Amino acid sequence: MIAQSFQYESPGTLAEAIALLNQYGDEAKVLSGGHSLIPMMKLRFASPGYLIDINGIPGLSDIKEENGVVRIGALAREADLEHSALLAQHFPIFKDVTKLIADPQVRNMGTLGGNLAHGDAANDHPAVMIALGASVVITGADGEREVPIDEFFYGFYMTAIQQGEILTEIRLPVPAAGTGNAYHKLERKVGDYATSGVAVQLTIGSDGIVTAAGIGLTNVNPVPLRATRSEEALVGKPLTEENILLAAQYASEDCNPSADLRGSEDYKRHVTGVLVKRMIKKAAERAMAS
Amino acid sequence: MNKTINVTVNGTKHTLDVEPRLLLVHMIREVLSMTGTHIGCDTSSCGACTILLDGKSIKSCTVLAVQADGKSITTIEGLAPEGGPLHPLQEGFKENHGLHCGFCTPGMIMRCVELLEHNNNPTEDEIRWGISGNLCRCTGYNNIVKAVQWAGAKMRGEETPSTEPEFV
Repeated sequence: MIAQSFQYESPGTLAEAIALLNQYGDEAKVLSGGHSLIPMMKLRFASPGYLIDINGIPGLSDIKEENGVVRIGALAREADLEHSALLAQHFPIFKDVTKLIADPQVRNMGTLGGNLAHGDAANDHPAVMIALGASVVITGADGEREVPIDEFFYGFYMTAIQQGEILTEIRLPVPAAGTGNAYHKLERKVGDYATSGVAVQLTIGSDGIVTAAGIGLTNVNPVPLRATRSEEALVGKPLTEENILLAAQYASEDCNPSADLRGSEDYKRHVTGVLVKRMIKKAAERAMAS
Repeated sequence: MNKTINVTVNGTKHTLDVEPRLLLVHMIREVLSMTGTHIGCDTSSCGACTILLDGKSIKSCTVLAVQADGKSITTIEGLAPEGGPLHPLQEGFKENHGLHCGFCTPGMIMRCVELLEHNNNPTEDEIRWGISGNLCRCTGYNNIVKAVQWAGAKMRGEETPSTEPEFV
């Protein structure tokens, strides 16, 4: 209920924050939305000696489009993503996913950057980023580096972010015409983590051939998972019921869910297949309408 | 090492010396003795601690007091002026039986203040989604929905729905 004591810093610039992270090393954690970290600290699952609050750093929460790339600041709140007209235009998937993340109060604080940096396969945005072919910008003392999402997640609570670095921006390629994206997750009750969650983005040519497919899976693998075989089952072919069922089958085979209170391994595999099928169809519908 | 923070609470500025690990809800309840804001869980689930931080509804059990430095918070005590008229939401909960034990009620009302600010004519569905971060063990939520719709009508300047029970 009460966290262990720690020291708190709230730098006003990115440079200051990075310097503090380098100074305190692995004793320091970044505080952004705090709605994964603070609950863990209250239960004493995490007891960092130093909290570096980055919420006071300006310029990290903009959502803008530049040169065919949508750039989202890491401090953009879930509520901002939910209500952004720019995101709704290209990525209706953001309305799908934010609606299913926790609840309105949590969404006022939780950030996209935090959701990714936490490195938890149970969070919803990793699968979405996989489906959308995102890359993330990580900033350290030596400057910025851009990391494709497929190289970002390493393991449980482990990401490509090194000591002394902060995730500062998420970049999404603006989808081509004829693209649709969708997300859904099965949950036991509102606000829960996913029993299974599936994100899909499809690009379909005017000849009906699928030219691109991104499929990401939530909470059915130790690390956020790209359903590669499922994508390959769709790309370069017309979108038929047969291909969709194959993609669903591959996803349910290739994920590695753990049995827990949300369901058995078999149940989660089954749900994954069902959601892959449904989200392919929903993304395709939106692709046709775009 | 303590931090000195300046927080405006229901319009009054406070300067406080706090441990970084002090939760905002504990600052409100223990330091400022304002016990209208409640603690109902250990897991950031129940929403009984909901207050407004710079106008946004947040769970004060999952925010540190130091994060409110330089900011303004509104608690349930700050909705109606001392001795003054009730906020439409408070009146709505009263008129529509939106509470039994009242434990969830302050958090529920504070959430709905923001809800109605964004949309003063919410549908039942929008209200139910809107309060998905607030758990009530008593009412079954139906009268809470009615209370919010009643308050919305009052805030729009319209006639408020009748609170007479329907006899089927």
